[in-house]
Formats: sequence, structure tokens, C-alpha cells
Amino acid sequence: MSEFLEMGSHGFYVWTSYAIFFAVLAWQVCQPVARHRRLRAQLIEEQALRKGNYEDEAR
Amino acid sequence: MWQKIKVAFHKLGSPAYFYGFSGRLLPWLWIAFGGLAAWGLYQALFVVPPDYQQGDSYRILFIHVPSAWQAMMTYVTMSVLAVITLVWRIRIAEIMAMVSAPIGAAFTLICLTTGALWGKPTWGTYWAWDARLTSMLVLLFIYLGIMGLYAAFEDRRKGARVASVLILVGLVNIPIIHFSVEWWTTLHQGATIRLFGESTMDPSMIEPLIYMTIATKVLYAALLLMRSRTELADQDRRRAWVRQRVAGSTARG
Amino acid sequence: MTPTRKRRLAMVSVLVLGVGTAAAITIATLQDNMMYFMSPMDVHAETVEEGRTFRLGGLVADESVKREPDGLSIRFDVTDGYKEVPVIYTGILPDLFREGQGVIAHGSLDANGLFRAHEVLARHDETYMPPEVAKALERAGHPSSD
Repeated sequence: MSEFLEMGSHGFYVWTSYAIFFAVLAWQVCQPVARHRRLRAQLIEEQALRKGNYEDEAR
Repeated sequence: MWQKIKVAFHKLGSPAYFYGFSGRLLPWLWIAFGGLAAWGLYQALFVVPPDYQQGDSYRILFIHVPSAWQAMMTYVTMSVLAVITLVWRIRIAEIMAMVSAPIGAAFTLICLTTGALWGKPTWGTYWAWDARLTSMLVLLFIYLGIMGLYAAFEDRRKGARVASVLILVGLVNIPIIHFSVEWWTTLHQGATIRLFGESTMDPSMIEPLIYMTIATKVLYAALLLMRSRTELADQDRRRAWVRQRVAGSTARG
Repeated sequence: MTPTRKRRLAMVSVLVLGVGTAAAITIATLQDNMMYFMSPMDVHAETVEEGRTFRLGGLVADESVKREPDGLSIRFDVTDGYKEVPVIYTGILPDLFREGQGVIAHGSLDANGLFRAHEVLARHDETYMPPEVAKALERAGHPSSD
């Protein structure tokens, strides 16, 4: 197993590369998800304000 | 038949339909990506033999090369969308062109960083200003420039048209990246996989490359739809369909 | 297609063609500056002046690698199959450095035509294969590297 992790003494380069791939990928997924959530929260708040029952919903 | 395709196209052009359709398609794309990437990475790390010269460090190839291809492929796709934006002014195409830029930038970033990490143990340096590496860095700056230009406009539809002009100007960099290793002497080696002619990779090593290449294509499609529907909903936030579908109790985010 | 769209499409085509032509001219003009390294043949043909730094690229000639008596410096010839340039270098060599391997040395020529390098990078080719395949090829009489 440790031999596998070492990758013939190039373990650092190989594993950092794979980690970067997944880190950038995760960041690409999180960005739109966070933006979508923010939008949704804003819209729900606006709707509540318009209906006039903001106090009720907030509590 | 033609009529049917035309109708389907017009339907997809309707924001509400696109939002719903892409929402239903997305889980399947993620499943496909997960399967392809898991199999590809398993092959890349556990199955394929080491290289006769580089040993195990060449395993970086299986993420570096598909990312590089996808960075360029994203640009070509974005350019087609930019032409549609400029000529036909179809709104979904505008949005898809604009949200392609950050995705392409991400693939370019992966390509550059993994390339540097591969260069150190093989070439002896993280970076060199040769034609291939430099033109790829230019691609990253073009992507960032497109994002910046689009963000600078209050009117997003106008911003999309202006940024589309920049996209088409930057298109010239794509053949430069591709042919840089043939036109000039570079530290970077030539192409291993050739569309025409024989590839210079042993058949026992090629399978994970194929899987990872398809996986990055599916990944682009998934990220594109995710970003497009968010951008679409944000632009249409005052419209009834968004209130119903995004903020409504029945709709799922 | 409506006339408006035709006009827009024409403008887009002109844009792409214009930028393409401009880029092609620029690249053709800068051809020499875009080269990352010179081959030994270029060096012999162009009579590079002494002291000017440039990159020299080629293969490490077989049976040319020798340690200097000081134990730190290393001497080898870089060849492109036609001409050779002798190189001297002091420092850490990349793992892939060996005879028959592609290398790029950064430095300058001295008065005796010896290339004094301050950096040596390994260049690898686009061929990937398992060690067993490489050995089998060698046995069959095909050179496996470069």
C-alpha cells in the first residue's frame, strides 16, 4: 500500500495533481449551488414581504 | 421530422421549459460522470503499467490531457454559441456562452497546474516559457477577460454580445495551442494521440485516457447546465416562472 | 435567414477572418523568437556570438557523458544527428537525463566553442509504453528512446 502511495518517489506530484483536479471540480459545483440557494432565499424573502406575513415566516 | 426538431428547439428556448428540462437531465449527467470518472481513475491509478521512462509520474497524464482537451473544446463550443449570440440573438445561447467561460477557465487551470506538477519530475522545471505553455496561459487570461467584460455590463444581454466579440477574437489562440508543438521547438513534447495517423501510446495504457476524456465532456455538460439555469433564473427573477419554480413550495432547487 | 441576420453573419465572418490573418502575419514574422531552443545544426549554421545566452536542444550523444575531475561538473555532447556541440554543466540533473535522452541546455558558448550551461532540462518524447514493451522492442532491434 505504501508503495502505491509513493508512486515510485513521485507520489507528491501525482497525488497533488489528482487533488487539484477534484478541488477545482468541487469549487465549480459549489459556486452555482451557492448562487442558486442565495437566489432562492432572496425570492422567498421578497415573497414573504409582499404578502405581509414576514414576521410570521421569520419566526 | 425537421418540423419536430424545430419545435423541440423552440421549446428549449423557453426559459421555464429549459429550466425544468435541464433540472431533470442533471442527475443523469452526474451519474454518468461519476461512473466514467471512477472507472477511469481506477484504471489510471491501479491498472495501467508504469511508463518505461517516467515510471509512475506519467499517471498525471490521465487528468492533464483530458483537462487540456476540454479547455480547448469548451472554447470551441463557446465560440459557436458566440456566433449564435451575435447573429440570431437567442437568449439561452447567450447565457450558455457566458457561463462556459468560468468552466473553461477551471479546466485550463487544472491543465496548467497538473502540467507544472508533471514537468518538475520529468523536465526538471515547473514552468518554461515555450510556445505550448505560454499559449495555454494566454487561454486562461482570455477566459478571465471574457468573464470580466461580461460582468462589467449592467445590461447582461448587451454584455453577452460584447463579450461574444472577444470570444471570437480569442478563437485564434486555439489553433496556435494545437500546432505550437509542430510549428516551433518547445520543451513540451508533440501530440501522442493523433486523429490522423498512428498514436504513440501503448494500447495497454489508453483505456483510462478514453474514459477520462468522455468523463470531462460529461462534466462540462453538467456544469454548463447548472450554471445556465442559475444565470437564467437570476436574470428572470422578476418573472412569474421563476417565482413559481424556484421559490415556489412545489419546486425543487 | 433574414437580411439583418445575413449582415450580422457577414460581420462575424469578417471579424474572425481579419483576426486570423493578423495573427498569421504576426506569427510568421515572430517565427524565430517563438523557438524555444536551437539545434546543434542551427548553432553551426548561424555562428552564434560568444557570450550570448540561448537554449541548445538535442539528444545527449552516446558515450559522451563524462564527469570532470572536480567531481561536480559534467561534460557531454548534444547532437541532432548531424552536428554536435560539447556542453559543460555544474548542478543537479533531471531524473530522465541519460545518454540518448532529449535535453535542453540554457547557457552560452565560450571562446573555444564549448557550451557552458547553467540549466539542463530533460525533454521526453510523446511515446508511452510499459517497461516490458520497451525491452521487447530493444531486443527486436528497435531503439526504444527517442
